[in-house]
Amino acid sequence: MTKRRVEPILWLLFSAGGVLAAVFLPVLVVLFGLAFPLGWVTPPSHDHLHAVLGHPLTALFLFGLFALCLAHWAHRFRYTLYDGLQLKGSKGLITVLCYGGAVLGSVVSAVVLATVV
Amino acid sequence: MADSIRLQVSRYRPEEGSAPTLQEYDVPLRKEWSVLDGLNYVKDHLDSTLSYRWSCRMGICGSCGMSVNGTPELTCGTFLADLAPGPVRVEPMRNFPVVRDLVVDIGDFMDKLPRVKPWIIRDDEPEPDGEYLQTPEELDEYKQFSMCINCMLCYSACPVYGLDPDFIGPAAIALAERYDLDSRDRGARERLDVLIEHEGVWGCTFVGECTTVCPKHVDPAGAIQRYKLKAAKESVKAFLLPRGAR
Repeated sequence: MTKRRVEPILWLLFSAGGVLAAVFLPVLVVLFGLAFPLGWVTPPSHDHLHAVLGHPLTALFLFGLFALCLAHWAHRFRYTLYDGLQLKGSKGLITVLCYGGAVLGSVVSAVVLATVV
Repeated sequence: MADSIRLQVSRYRPEEGSAPTLQEYDVPLRKEWSVLDGLNYVKDHLDSTLSYRWSCRMGICGSCGMSVNGTPELTCGTFLADLAPGPVRVEPMRNFPVVRDLVVDIGDFMDKLPRVKPWIIRDDEPEPDGEYLQTPEELDEYKQFSMCINCMLCYSACPVYGLDPDFIGPAAIALAERYDLDSRDRGARERLDVLIEHEGVWGCTFVGECTTVCPKHVDPAGAIQRYKLKAAKESVKAFLLPRGAR
């Protein structure tokens, strides 16, 4: 009999976020942070991008990407704080701040994406 | 090449109640000499009171693990010539209580190892005549994880084990994976019950030092990540399925 636990669920979110962050974030950063602003690639027009972003599937994918990347960050940063910086005393507070931050960030990204769709 | 090299060896004699101190010895620097050969030279010619564990001198017995210049190493596989001109600091493995000089208390590991049941578990009655057969492909599935020599360098390198001694640790999880992947074994469920706990796989934060220091290329960190996926699948099932179907 397996008990119901939260830890494996958090780890699955962490893992999924890690894979997505490794695969997609560099692409987005290179395109929107370097290639378009520095003129290496001709950027699509604003209307084109707006239309792509306005499609529900794009919005859904981006929401999943952001939410899982934030979950990855929260899990990693939680251990960085209480193992790396030896802040075991404030375990509860750190847990709330990290996962709470990820949830808050996900809600913000959902709201922002909802304004475009 | 200089003809001698200096060893700075950690000495701790509990009957004198002193904190560990470093004692220096100059030993011959020979191309084929390992750190263990240097320690044996000290024991034979310079200071017979030095205590340390060793046996096979060929990286199989897993007895001579120590901290060499701060890194967990098998001293029989670490060569003085590679550390020249020295000095070479030899200390007991970290994360274990020191009994004397370079000898650590491995009791905690010996208690943890049987908890993951690292042996083949079968429930067939009566036992078949002859062997349980296995193909070379089935052997390859677990062979890497079976190379573990229980040297405990991974425990010495693991910062999580250093912070939380309840963590069952890299070698034990890698050995659990070794038996889980064995086509002859039926004990995966029993091991999962131990490793699904917080002190099991979830203690690991994937620092990866265990794999870096492993002298037999077992990759305990990889084994732990595989085990986490297995444990996570079971946990998701526990959330989704009704009791009877689990």
